[in-house]
Amino acid sequence: MKVFYIFYKDFSSELRMRFALNALIMFVIVAVSTILFSIGSERAPQNVYAGMFWVIVFFSAMSGLSRAFVSEEERGTNLILSLIASPISIFAGKFFFNLVLIFFINSIIAILYLTLFQDFIIQNWNSFLLAFILGNIGIAGSSTIIAAIISKANVKGTLYPVLAFPVLLPLILMLIEITKSAMEGNPISDVNAEFMVLLSYDVVMITASVLVFDIIWRD
Amino acid sequence: MNKIQLRVRELKKTFNNRLVFNKLSFELNSGDRIVITGKNGSGKSTLIKILAGVLTETSGNLEYFIDDKKIDRENYYQFVGLVSPYLVLYDEFTAFENLNLFSKIRGLKISEKEINDTLNRVGLFERRNDLVRTFSSGMKQRMKYASAILHNPLVLLLDEPTSNLDLDGKNFVDELVFNFREDGIVVVATNESQDFKYGYKIINLDEYKNSNKNV
Repeated sequence: MKVFYIFYKDFSSELRMRFALNALIMFVIVAVSTILFSIGSERAPQNVYAGMFWVIVFFSAMSGLSRAFVSEEERGTNLILSLIASPISIFAGKFFFNLVLIFFINSIIAILYLTLFQDFIIQNWNSFLLAFILGNIGIAGSSTIIAAIISKANVKGTLYPVLAFPVLLPLILMLIEITKSAMEGNPISDVNAEFMVLLSYDVVMITASVLVFDIIWRD
Repeated sequence: MNKIQLRVRELKKTFNNRLVFNKLSFELNSGDRIVITGKNGSGKSTLIKILAGVLTETSGNLEYFIDDKKIDRENYYQFVGLVSPYLVLYDEFTAFENLNLFSKIRGLKISEKEINDTLNRVGLFERRNDLVRTFSSGMKQRMKYASAILHNPLVLLLDEPTSNLDLDGKNFVDELVFNFREDGIVVVATNESQDFKYGYKIINLDEYKNSNKNV
């Protein structure tokens, strides 16, 4: 329940302040619109659509997921949070907040993509949805711990994508492969190896994050 | 009644090779009240944060024992209350919402009545439904006291306890410290000589740059 109330605090605060939400929604609208106008009536290969989808997802994560910790540090509320909760509860609450946020934003991206790009057709929905779920968990897990790290730095803005890119790259590459396969209508068994990598990534990232968070959180 | 003990042994803190204090040792038991003083930059606030468990010491030992059982650092939040100039509350929430959230995040079953009683005790009951961002600095200081005492802590850490407070506020601090629970510990960090009355002992951190002195 402690974790839930930390999540609830962030959720309520975000609804009132809209720090991350407005930035994320604007980014998504601008990114999708730009791609739409660039492509116009041209037809792009399927792997390009798959790649662009996850690129937008990656950069939307960069736009918004750091707020969970950076806002606490910038406003100075990290001290009160340290005083009322254990580090593991804080990490879990922030992780679940980022998870809900990334699911929400990526669902909007997916709906816009499916609606606006006629060539973005998913033939194997099981594959795509499973990748979507595991991918979001991986993005939320990695982004949360990286946000905790950069919240202590002086130059936060540029550091976040610089640190996140090498960490998230393996995840994004797997997701692109699975999405391509889903668009081609291949069975899940064709991308078993990629799903195993995805699942392993999620488990390793979240476990490592839980183990190191205490050291990162304390000054 | 719980029995609490705080043991500090050879505590040292440095920031980027700048020594703040060194070889600080003292022991506090239930009922003790101590004042930490020193020049600006001597490390009073740093020591308070270390005692609260939110800052890590460079070397040395800090241990809390409750009923002779050592407490893990990640559980300090359950029995420590802190008032500090560095403490910032969530100004997008009301006074009541802040305390309600803190009690729920701490995992405490604190009723609405108890929250209101705490707000009344610090003189903020009338403003309980106002956003904290609308509060004056003195009112925010009172909110910090409310957040520190809501969970009836065993250890009360006060950094510059009377800053921004009017006469009523200072009287409140007097009442809080002098009537604090008998089995608790109070540590006050201050430069104000009129606040020295809060402690039975005084530690001057200026003496702990390179020395070994037990209290």
